[in-house]
Amino acid sequence: MLKLKNINLTFNRGTINEFHALQDINLTIEEGSFVVILGTNGSGKSTLLNTIAGTHNIDKGTIELDKINITKLPEHKRATYIGRVFQNPFSGTAPDMSIAENIAMAAKRGFSRGLAKALRTSAINQYQQKVANLNMNLEDRLDTAIGKLSGGQRQALTLLMATWNKPKILLLDEHTAALDPKTANIVIKLTEKIIRENQITTLMVTHSMQQAVNLGNRIIMMDHGKIVFDKSGEEKKQLKVNDLLNLFDELRRKEQIDQSVSELLQKQYI
Amino acid sequence: MGLLIGSITIGLLLSFLALGVFISFRIYNIADITAEGSLTFGAAVTGTLLIAGTNPILATMAAFAAGFLAGTITGIIHTKFKINSLLAGILVMTALYSINLHVMGKSNLPLMDVKTIITNFENIGIAIFGNSSLIDILGWEVALKDLYVLILSLTLITIIALALFHFFKTEYGTAMRATGNNPQMIRALGVSTETMIIVGIGISNGFIALSGSLLAQYQGFVDVQMGIGMVVWGLASVIIGEALISKFSLGYLIAGAIMGAVLFRLLVAIALRWGINPNDLKLITALFVFIALVLPKIIKKFKTPKYA
Repeated sequence: MLKLKNINLTFNRGTINEFHALQDINLTIEEGSFVVILGTNGSGKSTLLNTIAGTHNIDKGTIELDKINITKLPEHKRATYIGRVFQNPFSGTAPDMSIAENIAMAAKRGFSRGLAKALRTSAINQYQQKVANLNMNLEDRLDTAIGKLSGGQRQALTLLMATWNKPKILLLDEHTAALDPKTANIVIKLTEKIIRENQITTLMVTHSMQQAVNLGNRIIMMDHGKIVFDKSGEEKKQLKVNDLLNLFDELRRKEQIDQSVSELLQKQYI
Repeated sequence: MGLLIGSITIGLLLSFLALGVFISFRIYNIADITAEGSLTFGAAVTGTLLIAGTNPILATMAAFAAGFLAGTITGIIHTKFKINSLLAGILVMTALYSINLHVMGKSNLPLMDVKTIITNFENIGIAIFGNSSLIDILGWEVALKDLYVLILSLTLITIIALALFHFFKTEYGTAMRATGNNPQMIRALGVSTETMIIVGIGISNGFIALSGSLLAQYQGFVDVQMGIGMVVWGLASVIIGEALISKFSLGYLIAGAIMGAVLFRLLVAIALRWGINPNDLKLITALFVFIALVLPKIIKKFKTPKYA
């Protein structure tokens, strides 16, 4: 169970570009749940994921994972519990190293790394089997440098690597946004399958309403660094793409009102 | 012939420098200028220990440790204090200049009269192959002991290069390579990239200090200026090596760096023989590295089709 308490994060504090990216976020994520996070650009969804992963140091609040306080743990130590797939397909793999070497490194997530040979011949069979399950015809190309593969293939491998050792929590940051629709669909199906088979607690940020409706058992919408909508269970199941679009419209209208009101005030008082 | 053997031997001893630069420049993408200080540091430590009567093997190993220490300091300044890697290297290099003078006590240490690892090499050769002092190779007379030093230097670099290759294939070593290749990815897999950079730059400078130590023992003196220009020298070796093998897998790159170091030393020897002014050597080396770095980009520019 992941517990975020009163999380606050400000970028560029004390400068003209100060930006309150997360404001008093309180969120509890039950074990085994699959949470989809929606929101406009700059609403803080990716920031929220990066905060959980430890990329950003928060100003205030605590993060607990299975009752362990991980607020102060650096990114690489949190990686013991957390698997990640990034939006950019180039981010999750080492391009100049082979598929097998990349997997071998992922298989060591959460374990100490010593002077044993990274690529053991006995493990290759297992690698081949798991890679074959991706249906990307990569199982006979384990020696190929990952940089030579397509974005979709790299993203599928990153997903496999992130879940190689079952993480306590899986963070997917718009991991299909940079792919063409067909490949995105394949990667999403794969994501669903891996999460279901391994029962992984997941947080997925997405821009696709369709994905948000079809996937997961809880939906969260963010706006201006706050959680503005949170539905799970039956309520989540009833949601249609149109409902979500209406919600977005509502948010936009509110924003316009904010702007027009401030303009009005400016005219009158300044 | 004696000149040829001497050049190859120096090339082999400088291939430790090439390996060190290969680690910082190619594995980590860091142009680490600490090398100019740590090369001298290694030589100074070995030289001082030898004069104090230390066993040459121990004195040589101490050079590696000294270089490793210097490198880790650069790594710590770069990662923990978030200072640009080039500046971190410059700081440590500058500090090492004073430290080297302190270690040596003066700016030049002659090592002619002390037992060095090179005299060890000669003795081992004499013990194995017998004791004739001159040999005839293709009509040239060669001092056998020079040949022994060459063979044992080659053996040493081969063993250490193999060890380095296997190290980079271990769990720890692959994490190091990934740190240079994609730090975000390896951090997400639970590796502290800061530690990897500190240890990696340490190992890199350990090799470079080892190179300085061996070179000083071969030449028979330590000079406080001997490190100047050595980063560019190492870069030239690595680049020549890459051109020689034109294959980018780890084993080939390591072998290439060694071959590059030897070939570059030979080219320098030929150039000097040819009558080039020794004072121009560093200028020419710098120009060579500049051209080697720029040429691939220019070729690429001409090769990419232009759209109207």
